[in-house]
Amino acid sequence: MKLAFGAALLRSTTLACALATTLVAFQPAQAGTPKDMLVMATMLDEFSTLDPGEVYELMPEEYVANTYDRLVRVDLADPSHFKGDVAQSWTVSTNGLTYTFKLRPGLKFHSGNPLTADDVAWSIQRCVLLDKGAAAVLQGIGLTTANVKDNVRKIDDETVSITTDHVYSPTFVLNVLGAWPASVVDRKLLEQHQQNNDFGNAWLRTHEAGSGIFKLVKWTANDSLILQRDDAHADPALLKRIVLKHVPETAGQRLLIENGDADIARNLGDNDIDALAKSGKAKSMAVPQATVLYLGLNVKNPDLAKPEVQQAIKWLIDYQGIQDHIAKHTYKVHQTFLPEGFLGAIDDNPYHPDVAKAKALLAKAGLPNGFKVTMDVRNGYPFSDIAQAIQANLAQAGIQVELIPGDNKQTLAKYRARKHDIYIGEWSADYIDPHSNAQGFAWNPDNSDNSPYKMLAWRNGWNIPQLTKETDAALAEPSAQRRAQLYEIMQKQMLANSPFVIMFQRVSEVTMRPGVSGIEVGPINDLVSYRHLTKK
Amino acid sequence: MTQGKAALRWAGRVCGWVLTLAATFTGLLAVTFFIGRKVPIDPVLAVLGDHASASAYAAVRAQMGLDQPLPVQFVLYVRDVLHGNLGTSLLTSNPVRDDILRVFPATLELATLATLIGILVGVPLGVVAATRHNRAIDHVARFVGLIGSSMPVFWLGLMGLLLFYAKLHWVAGPGRIDPAYDGMVDTRTGSLLIDAVLAGDWDVFRNAMAHILLPACILGYYSVAYLSRMTRAFMLEQLSQEYIVTARVKGVSERGVVWRHAFGNIAVPLLTIVALAYSNLLEGSVLTEIVFSWPGIGSYLTGALMNADMSAVLGSTLTIGALFILINLATDMLYRVFDPRVRA
Repeated sequence: MKLAFGAALLRSTTLACALATTLVAFQPAQAGTPKDMLVMATMLDEFSTLDPGEVYELMPEEYVANTYDRLVRVDLADPSHFKGDVAQSWTVSTNGLTYTFKLRPGLKFHSGNPLTADDVAWSIQRCVLLDKGAAAVLQGIGLTTANVKDNVRKIDDETVSITTDHVYSPTFVLNVLGAWPASVVDRKLLEQHQQNNDFGNAWLRTHEAGSGIFKLVKWTANDSLILQRDDAHADPALLKRIVLKHVPETAGQRLLIENGDADIARNLGDNDIDALAKSGKAKSMAVPQATVLYLGLNVKNPDLAKPEVQQAIKWLIDYQGIQDHIAKHTYKVHQTFLPEGFLGAIDDNPYHPDVAKAKALLAKAGLPNGFKVTMDVRNGYPFSDIAQAIQANLAQAGIQVELIPGDNKQTLAKYRARKHDIYIGEWSADYIDPHSNAQGFAWNPDNSDNSPYKMLAWRNGWNIPQLTKETDAALAEPSAQRRAQLYEIMQKQMLANSPFVIMFQRVSEVTMRPGVSGIEVGPINDLVSYRHLTKK
Repeated sequence: MTQGKAALRWAGRVCGWVLTLAATFTGLLAVTFFIGRKVPIDPVLAVLGDHASASAYAAVRAQMGLDQPLPVQFVLYVRDVLHGNLGTSLLTSNPVRDDILRVFPATLELATLATLIGILVGVPLGVVAATRHNRAIDHVARFVGLIGSSMPVFWLGLMGLLLFYAKLHWVAGPGRIDPAYDGMVDTRTGSLLIDAVLAGDWDVFRNAMAHILLPACILGYYSVAYLSRMTRAFMLEQLSQEYIVTARVKGVSERGVVWRHAFGNIAVPLLTIVALAYSNLLEGSVLTEIVFSWPGIGSYLTGALMNADMSAVLGSTLTIGALFILINLATDMLYRVFDPRVRA
């Protein structure tokens, strides 16, 4: 009897073993990535649209940078210089308001349609008229839904003119026109897909209509994005195909790199980078990014409004300790509002932990025993970890910080409503012109609750008429040298007195397998190019 | 007359099912909708980002219908759902229905394979453990059950990847398929394995199988632990009943006692347990999907939740809710096949 039962059991077990055997039998069909294809393990969860007129997140900007052309691009080697992209040359009118661009002849979109001045003008008009997040960049040079059709005009098939509302520094205007919202889209193709006067936006969210070095083959949301070289491009890329693979776990990215199933990983953690460097299986390239991590102190809170308290907080934080223990490879200490690599950026990091000095400042502010305050913290690395470290730092002088964790958009909504005490967050520049950050931190033309401008100074209730004037003056300054000086002065003023505790600059670590080279990484994702990317 | 009564009984049953289904859906819709609208997350920021102007913010808010009173928003949403329109995802810009049709087969494929592993290994293990009560195999089964219930799937997944992918190279890494094979077969069912077979592309099949085996085994292990524990408990209860003693006294073979009498009586509760395990795998494999970069409904729903993409959250919740209801319905029907008392 037991034998019969045993036989039945044996059958089940055999079946199970057969299943286990398949585990061995179905070995990966291919080891490593194909020679003409590069696989990049990254995070694609920021992709909610592929339309350059709507994109505003970092990785999608990188996609746009490689699939679309624009009038000009900033020279990474010298950010005060620009290279023509579809523009062959350009001039600025004597009154400093009108920029005229002459296009290269014979340009074509991926669809085969010719790229003309009409496409360039329509693309900029389209972005402003769509009035999505990206439009804010073009609004910076005074282009509005009311004036864009008059101010951005086709002169002839190869000439476009753009008129600004005020005189701005030419480097600023070119930076704006060299940013992703000014990407040239295929008007003829988009008009074929237009629905309810949406400028083809619904279609372009999931398709591509560019003329860049790569064309889109396939986008599967939260899974992969496949790009194919445009062989008809005037300056084609070296690699035939690039696959961006969504790998949300950093450990997963590391395993893929180690096994040769990915050639580049973009989001490895400190330990992974160290381990891979030690094993020789990959090398990393560190590039400082135009993103600063800071504390915003809401001056609507009477304690935080006191300059001595703001100073005390700056003297309590252990910047270097936080970098060494929490963000060794991913952030570096940086205390001014212009990131390294920007025109006018200074490398002053005067603050370091000095508890005695902080206590003296608090006593001077009438708070010798400290005070209680809350800090809104978005969930996840590195914000929660850094916030906890700051909580411990501030406790040394009696400042009791209650951390309020929340989802990013939850904390951001509270911050934008000025309902926080302290907010820990990041500010990323849209383009590598100093105004992108000066406007964020040092510009607040209307401090009323109904202000249409809700930049960082406003969010923290910081009324700064003088600094706002200085920001406007720096924006209009035509001389790059003088402009740099103006920003240096503003940064020094804000280091001494401001409700912003700027702590770190983000560092992008690009980890590559041996033999992979040529990726160009700028301080913003809009300046990442796959053009010279190659592998042996 | 008898036929008429039977028809009436059936009609009553069907009406009951339909009413239960409608009430459950309405409740699910209302609860999910109002929770979604009350969470302090601003979905407009998910669309526009942090740098947008106030006018762009107001325009998008109106476009999303968020300026309408809450009851009006709900009525409009229900109307759209009844027309088969689950809205458009903010995160993917695709209709939510299309997204679900894309991600759900990935989860279904994984959960089905995992459940099969669970049944094939877990049920016999539970039966053997019960028939060899307090002997070595029973201890092994209990240990397997204990580890399976207490080990975090996240950790086990990473360890599995490290051992079977990184060290032994037995399986492929994260993802559903190697990029080189992506898009090589037409999507017909959404299951890569089935689509590859239908296309007769065995290279794609082998690669897809190499990718699915490890996550399926990891999830399957949890099913094995759960099913073996429950099967063992059910069997122990049955084997101590008097009818089992009677059967043995009457000379029924041990095989007959165990499989026909005892196992026959646990088949119905076991069916419920298997259905529950399957349902849980269909919606609860989020962590496995994240570790293995598996583009399924679990990671889709999590991403949507994190980004206040309420159309996607509502659509996914409705799909999962509908699935639970359908699996329960199917289980109820199977009861009638296995349990003569219900048939009567």
